Amino acid sequence: MNKVKTIDEAVALIKDGDSIMIAGFMTVGTPELLVDAVVASGLKDLTIICNDAGTPGMGAGKIVDAGIIKKYITNHIGLNPVCGKQMSNGELDVTLIPQGTMAERIRAGGAGLGGFLTPTGVGTVVQEGKQIINMEGKDYLLELPLKADVALIKAHRADRQGNLIFRKSAQNFNPLMATACEYVIVEAEHIEDVGCLDPDAIMLSGIFIDAIIQG
Amino acid sequence: MNPKELIARRIAKELKDGQVVNLGIGLPTKVANYIPDDVEIFLQSENGFIGIGTVPPEGEFDKDLINAGNQHVTVKPGACFFDSAVSFGIIRGGHVDATVLGTLEVDQEGNVANYIIPGKLIAGMGGAMDLCTGAKKVIIATTHTDKHGRPKVLKKCSLPLTASREANLIITDMAFMERTKEGLVLRETAPGVTVEEVLSKTDAELIVPDNVKEMDI
Repeated sequence: MNKVKTIDEAVALIKDGDSIMIAGFMTVGTPELLVDAVVASGLKDLTIICNDAGTPGMGAGKIVDAGIIKKYITNHIGLNPVCGKQMSNGELDVTLIPQGTMAERIRAGGAGLGGFLTPTGVGTVVQEGKQIINMEGKDYLLELPLKADVALIKAHRADRQGNLIFRKSAQNFNPLMATACEYVIVEAEHIEDVGCLDPDAIMLSGIFIDAIIQG
Repeated sequence: MNPKELIARRIAKELKDGQVVNLGIGLPTKVANYIPDDVEIFLQSENGFIGIGTVPPEGEFDKDLINAGNQHVTVKPGACFFDSAVSFGIIRGGHVDATVLGTLEVDQEGNVANYIIPGKLIAGMGGAMDLCTGAKKVIIATTHTDKHGRPKVLKKCSLPLTASREANLIITDMAFMERTKEGLVLRETAPGVTVEEVLSKTDAELIVPDNVKEMDI
């Protein structure tokens, strides 16, 4: 099986109004070419789920700059004043959730879990509207799984079947988001033939990947 | 001594050999500079590794290696990378012995407010809520007053909370304070600072025992 596509072929399946998970942490591990292609494609009304808002002109910040977002789900926008301004002006609907809760909600989404109990956010605004469950004397919030239509992820090495190896701190949300979305595109720095990657070294199975583009 | 250096030096003395520690962005990151050579600390970075090393010289940056404050770093021998779910499992699961975090406000009940000033500063909580909740010990590193001279150690936080009743130690350029069942206790004053001066710059009600020591920096 060969999932390698041109970038135009790969992003052509994304639609207006889609929810898109973009991997990366402060742009490290973010697939910049795929982000550029989304901006260039004229897509609009997107829901973006990303650790942060990148920086102006970098990472998910490029999508913020383009003004094509309906809703932003993230945990930190401190390095992107454009995003903070859009949020304060009411131009952009930003939902802030704790980073660990975000990671686990995405993991739950990909792992078929109905939710999980976390102590994070108890006694803060994060608990508003959520069920509080006491287990053995301690309060937890019931957090629900998070899924999306599309994941844009980045890998260091891929084989043509989509088996992936990530590198250093560029791993972050990449393997999680790949499990929680209907359509997953990976931007890989190196694309190799099937069989070239040591199965013991593969960090994410190719079963989660739909399209591979050359990074 | 520069106030931030004093805070970082005092906090470094609280970290024990073999501990897993997460240092927040800004002032807390400086704590790493003052850990004694005979104390081995495993620094966790919530973006996905344990074993943060030094900042490399310009030109030797690795594009795939930053700390959670978006600074290029190196890793020490023995370092290990993982994904964000594992990283926060480590944090929430009680595998981090201590976290050091800066703050906008902290109060005598241990409430911490450090991620948002509605309408003014919107940063986001990042990993701070999970760190406050999950780390065994939460050490707040802050100047004693803000840039206008107003106390940051309060009776009650006014800003939205990052975590409820989670701060264990508050270490400032004037004082070392510990939250106990009885309340917030003044343990130490900074060199040259009197108890009265600390009390005059503190909004929180401090319990002042007979044996308040001077910080050993």
